[in-house]
Amino acid sequence: MVDAEVKLSVRGLRISYGDHVALDGVDLDVRANEILGIIGPAGSGKTSFLRALNRMDELDTAMTVEGDILFDGRNVRDVRNVYALRRRIGVVFPLPVGLPMTIYDNVAFAPRIRGIRKRAQLDEIVERCLRRAALWEEVKDRLKALGSLLSGGQQQRLTIARALSQDPDLLLLDEFSIAVDPVTTMRIEDVLRGLKDELTIILVTNLVQQARRLADRTAFFLNGELVEVGVTEALFTGPVVDQRTRDYVEGRFG
Amino acid sequence: MFAATALDHRNRRTQRAFKALFGLMTLMLITPVIIILTVLVVKGGPALSMEFLFSAPSNGMTAGGIFPALVGTVWLVAVALLASVPVGVASAIYLAEYAPDNWFTRLINLAIINLAGVPSIVHALFGVGAFVLFAGFGESILAASLTLAVMTLPVVIVATRESLQAVPKAFREACWNMGATRWQTIWKVVLPNSISGILTGVILEVSRTSGETAPIMFTGAALFLPFLPQGVLDQTMALSLHLFVLSTQVPNVPEHLEYGVALVLIGMVLAMNALSIGFRVYLRGRKKW
Repeated sequence: MVDAEVKLSVRGLRISYGDHVALDGVDLDVRANEILGIIGPAGSGKTSFLRALNRMDELDTAMTVEGDILFDGRNVRDVRNVYALRRRIGVVFPLPVGLPMTIYDNVAFAPRIRGIRKRAQLDEIVERCLRRAALWEEVKDRLKALGSLLSGGQQQRLTIARALSQDPDLLLLDEFSIAVDPVTTMRIEDVLRGLKDELTIILVTNLVQQARRLADRTAFFLNGELVEVGVTEALFTGPVVDQRTRDYVEGRFG
Repeated sequence: MFAATALDHRNRRTQRAFKALFGLMTLMLITPVIIILTVLVVKGGPALSMEFLFSAPSNGMTAGGIFPALVGTVWLVAVALLASVPVGVASAIYLAEYAPDNWFTRLINLAIINLAGVPSIVHALFGVGAFVLFAGFGESILAASLTLAVMTLPVVIVATRESLQAVPKAFREACWNMGATRWQTIWKVVLPNSISGILTGVILEVSRTSGETAPIMFTGAALFLPFLPQGVLDQTMALSLHLFVLSTQVPNVPEHLEYGVALVLIGMVLAMNALSIGFRVYLRGRKKW
């Protein structure tokens, strides 16, 4: 584990919105092919952290990001082609966003914008991504139906299929199960375990037990500070490193 | 237990009084519309005929039809649209999708609002100065239409911007996260879902443009010109100005002619508005989220 390849390396990260500091002094490594859980109460800077990774801050004039984020050793700030950077990072939002187009077009969107036009190739990508997101069996007969009219749980899996269609190295999930029923949540969790072989996942969650089920290592954010990061199980049962973490995971606050 | 107290009774009386008052106001609102339409149909209806629509005025405009004015209005509106829609839609897209929120864009937004408030006669004088004289178009369809275009630009911009903003921000964020450029996002997601709203704005603009009189009267519309225009540098008659001329400048015009012109003009506007409402209904039916 110690020698595992580092996929993402964050040093001295500080995120602020005007005078309000959302996150400060974050040093964190994410290893290749691991699931890194990020837990913490609302307003602790988890979502801001994800947005900084693929430079979404550039679309939000109020948001300022300082510090270094190295993705495969390259500083993301120095990447000239921000679109190529974003294509390598898939994002799943708390509320599922089915684009107002067909299921097929939702999943074919990313391949199309990177120039894939051949029908057969698109068909293959759409089927593969929908299968990997455990949605294929439910929608294979109605790929021409509107993606935005699927149920919440289906839309969330559609969003995951769409993120996978980017062929990403890194998958960011931001509280994906908020609008999803428990059964679908379990199915998606199975999907994520299966994806670990191929890519690296950062899972922001407000469910401590979800992090415990899925994450190899977990980071605890509190009030804009990275309190602790370590092997997930150690946060729950290992020696106490920081009392605040133990209080949070045992539900004594937050 | 549920017996009404004196207070309950008073509340109920007040409630009934206000409901009646507001209903009465609403009724007063639609009364003028009904009266205007009734008078126009009763007095102008008899004038309507194929001959009225498709022949030129004759006998010093005291007889004959309105064909040159009808064609002229279509020319004026069409050329005005060609000028204002591309500019208006493009600037609305820029303002809604690209422009940063700073003092400069706020100034532009303020300018648009003010442009909408400029009286049409001031637009007319601007048109004379800018298009007739400075640009050298003379009194022509081109000059008159450009004047109309400037006047209606705010309508197009505001309608377009509002339909763009009706598309949820989450859709844009989802596209950007996938590595789409702003333009790819606009072209593939935002525009397909706002085009009906934009069209509605354009149609409303048409109906407004076709009724305007002041902006065209010094810039290209002629009092009496019983020929059809051959190109954009010709002058032309127009329905709105024709109505003004018949009512105030020409003696002994039979009443039914004036009302006939007014009926055709308002008929055009209402038909356009109906089309616009139809689009709105269609838009709602197709809503994808």
